[in-house]
Amino acid sequence: MKLVSEFRQSELVPGLVSSIRHHATREARIMEFCGGHTVAIMKFGLRQLLPPTLTLTSGPGCPVCVTDNADLDKAIALAGLPNVIVASFGDMLRVPGSSSSLQEAKAAGGDVRIVYSTLDALTLARTNPEKSVIFIGIGFETTAPTVAASILQAAREGLNNYYVLSLHKLCPPVIKGLLDSGEINLQGLICPGHVSAIIGSRPWEFIARDYGIPCVVSGFEPLDILQSIEMLAQQVARDEARVEIAYRRGVNPEGNTIAINIMEQVFAPAPARWRGIGEVASSGLRLRPEFERFDAELNFEFETEVTVIREGCICGDILRGMKSPTQCALFSRVCTPINPVGPCMVSSEGSCAAYYNYGESHE
Amino acid sequence: MNDKILLAHGSGGQLAHDLIRNSFLPALDNPVLSPLDDSATFEADGKLAFTTDSYVVQPIFFPGGNIGKLSVCGTVNDLAMAGAVPRYLSLAFIIEEGLLTNDLERVINSIKETAEAAGVNIVTGDTKVVDRGCADKLFINTAGIGIVPPGVNISGHHAQPGDVIILSGTIGDHGIAVLSQREGLNFMTKLESDCAPLNGLVAEMLGISAGIRCLRDPTRGGLASTLNELAEQSGVSISIEEAKIPVREEVAGACEMLGLDPLYVANEGKLVAIVDRKDAEAILEQMQKNEYGQNAAIIGEVREKHRGRVTMKTSFGTSRIVDMLVGEPLPRIC
Repeated sequence: MKLVSEFRQSELVPGLVSSIRHHATREARIMEFCGGHTVAIMKFGLRQLLPPTLTLTSGPGCPVCVTDNADLDKAIALAGLPNVIVASFGDMLRVPGSSSSLQEAKAAGGDVRIVYSTLDALTLARTNPEKSVIFIGIGFETTAPTVAASILQAAREGLNNYYVLSLHKLCPPVIKGLLDSGEINLQGLICPGHVSAIIGSRPWEFIARDYGIPCVVSGFEPLDILQSIEMLAQQVARDEARVEIAYRRGVNPEGNTIAINIMEQVFAPAPARWRGIGEVASSGLRLRPEFERFDAELNFEFETEVTVIREGCICGDILRGMKSPTQCALFSRVCTPINPVGPCMVSSEGSCAAYYNYGESHE
Repeated sequence: MNDKILLAHGSGGQLAHDLIRNSFLPALDNPVLSPLDDSATFEADGKLAFTTDSYVVQPIFFPGGNIGKLSVCGTVNDLAMAGAVPRYLSLAFIIEEGLLTNDLERVINSIKETAEAAGVNIVTGDTKVVDRGCADKLFINTAGIGIVPPGVNISGHHAQPGDVIILSGTIGDHGIAVLSQREGLNFMTKLESDCAPLNGLVAEMLGISAGIRCLRDPTRGGLASTLNELAEQSGVSISIEEAKIPVREEVAGACEMLGLDPLYVANEGKLVAIVDRKDAEAILEQMQKNEYGQNAAIIGEVREKHRGRVTMKTSFGTSRIVDMLVGEPLPRIC
């Protein structure tokens, strides 16, 4: 399995870096939307290779991080119900809600299971017919089709004890929301590779067309990211703004139409709350009426606590690209991966965790 | 012989005696153990090393080993990392009712083979059986006593600026082999745990150099956590080079898919040595002659500034911090 070595040929780095330096004569602020990109940039120290004209800003592309506290509190409340098994991806467990977390709910006796895919959650439902299994549906367009497929499968099998709490988020609408807010000034966008593998590159075209911002869809290897930065620097130098795909081995303009169809069959766009950003129109997914019997929110009665956000935590500003983790007074002093205050320090894709784990900055 | 272990096997009565006589003694017998008194007694000379560890690995059988082999290697290696010659081990089993007797015997047999390979004797033991659900098949505790040869003085506190860091081979093999088994991620069949006793390798290293300052086996928490411990204990910083750290292609690939970093994945048959620079090449050469040190490599050096910190030069020529492991490494979600 040569998953790594063929994509990390370090001898290619000097050529790419010198080309970036050649083109990047103008100042440009580039946002890497995706948390996976932030991690790779930090892990491989890519900032150290860039000329001072280029600034990289992390975006809201970490599904765990952008989950609103009120939504987290719902998942935690569901985990406290009798005869309920909450199935979640592992990253969610330690994320602090208003006063608790799924991990604490588990310690308090809630039945919370880590699963690796929705198939595991379906298996839980089949093998525990006397209980209700609620899958916490967190993720972007990358994850939503698999959750939709699990609901179709449950419907086919007549599983009547499987539910989904749909906290899914959609990426292009939130970028639009951020740009419309006028808070950030970008000259380039590194578009998420895995999300684009599903939705294709076309949904990003409005950013280039309407906002004049160059876009490149990037893979997650350090060379992919350097190549994408090079392509963005070229567009900036030529005063162009279009959508290019650097991640050709994973993405085509149309995306994965089968996955898109499954997603659209089960889910409809709905407003969603993003941590730090607030409600963004059509940026979430709710279950369509014909699948409402799988909707955890509609089928369980639960009370959530009053939403509280920890004082001093600037995860919201970080997710909007306004601030970097090191500008947070809590970073690495109060807030560490062991004692995370905000979600950006918990998730493996979170900006704060990436800066903490790999950073040049917690000196 | 019953097919399954029953609660009565831990009762101290007839079944317990049968288990000892039929399963344990034939495999493990030696002059210190055979009197079966309440304590083992033996003569010892000089400075002793004493350590203990409990083993709860799940599944109990994994590619390249099992909980029995692991329970001997782990304790033998902890003794060896103090520079001691491992001599005597205790062996305590906590068995979940219903364990297949055949599985227990496979584990005992593996303990016998590993103890023989490491040159240690099991001199005392205990067996308890708990109700189904109160343990997960089998837990083992071993404690070990070793003798530290005169003049040997090894500790995590002894690293000095200028020293060289040697790693005995590829990292992450054990963690990925167990994980692939545990989660049913059968995408690699060839990969085996590196579980092995390292006392022979250590003895050979000590035989050619008095310049070995620190030895540690990077088990849970992986190489990154071990280097952080050593940097902290010795009040120095450590600088390593990514390109020099041996990682099997399949481990690197599996880690990439699971969102893990091989630097944080457990090993059970590897050691990190911090040694005097002038002896480093000779020690490395010696290590590479041993089957458990074939892939040994110099991976970095000890520095003075930024005490307690570990940094790594990436294969891209940049550098970054390598921190301690926090929590259990979890697979990524997107």
